Amino acid sequence: MTPLHQYLIFSTLLFSIGLAGALLRRNAILVLVGIELMLNAANINFIAFWRYSPNPEPNAGVMFVIFSIAIAAAEAAVGLALIISIYRHYRTTNVKRIDGLKG
Amino acid sequence: MDLAFIIIAVLTLASAVAAMSLRNLVHCALCMVMTFAGIALTFLQLNAEFVGLAQLLVYVGAVAILIVFAILLTRSEDAKKEVRFVSSSTVVGFGVVALVAVSLLAAIQHTQILPPQSVVAPHVSVKRIGEQLMTNYVLPLEVIGLLLTAAMIGAVVIAMREPDPADSVDVQQRNGSPLKLDPDSKKTAVVANE
Repeated sequence: MTPLHQYLIFSTLLFSIGLAGALLRRNAILVLVGIELMLNAANINFIAFWRYSPNPEPNAGVMFVIFSIAIAAAEAAVGLALIISIYRHYRTTNVKRIDGLKG
Repeated sequence: MDLAFIIIAVLTLASAVAAMSLRNLVHCALCMVMTFAGIALTFLQLNAEFVGLAQLLVYVGAVAILIVFAILLTRSEDAKKEVRFVSSSTVVGFGVVALVAVSLLAAIQHTQILPPQSVVAPHVSVKRIGEQLMTNYVLPLEVIGLLLTAAMIGAVVIAMREPDPADSVDVQQRNGSPLKLDPDSKKTAVVANE
């Protein structure tokens, strides 16, 4: 069976890739995708620790990830609605060019 | 080390890198779907069947479609020619990412992890999850329901098209034209503007 270390390293690399995308890409949609990748990396950690630990309460890890997925879905919906609204105003999704506070 | 884990991890990480670095946004979305599918496979490998299938449904199904629609709706010319040059913010961004990755990896390498005490896979049936959602976790479930409702209403309100200010009654009143409900009133307002 794969040791816990490897799952943690895998999720760390996934988190770093998501962070790089969120920090470096100019397109707002890809920034959102990067944030989703980071959330998924956290979910992998939850499930890995749940699987490799003694389970006093057998379902706790699974429950946590289910709620986490629900919140991530809500965040994606609101984030994309915001991006569409901003696009209608500025005609761009480039985060470098969205720099006005006053509409 | 498991061969299946290596294959899944390499595929997932490669598609994640592609999703974050390709130029074409639709290619990015497709690679992102592959990344989410790989993460679902990881969940399945860790004996979390319900979470793996929920991941497939929510991410590969719903979130991917949502992102593809957002890409199609915000399609503009400048999205293609996203200029790539090494600016100071790029260097700082890479520095932050490298710092986070190195510190996390160092922390993982230096942690003494106890051998797994339950080698037998914990079996979590869907029935058990449903029972727990209705008993122990009923309050979080209600809160999540409220949150999803609020997010849905909020997304609709934010993305709703704002009424065109030229058509609104306020503008006509401000221009001094008489407020009438007949179709000619708009024409009068335009004439008054000119």
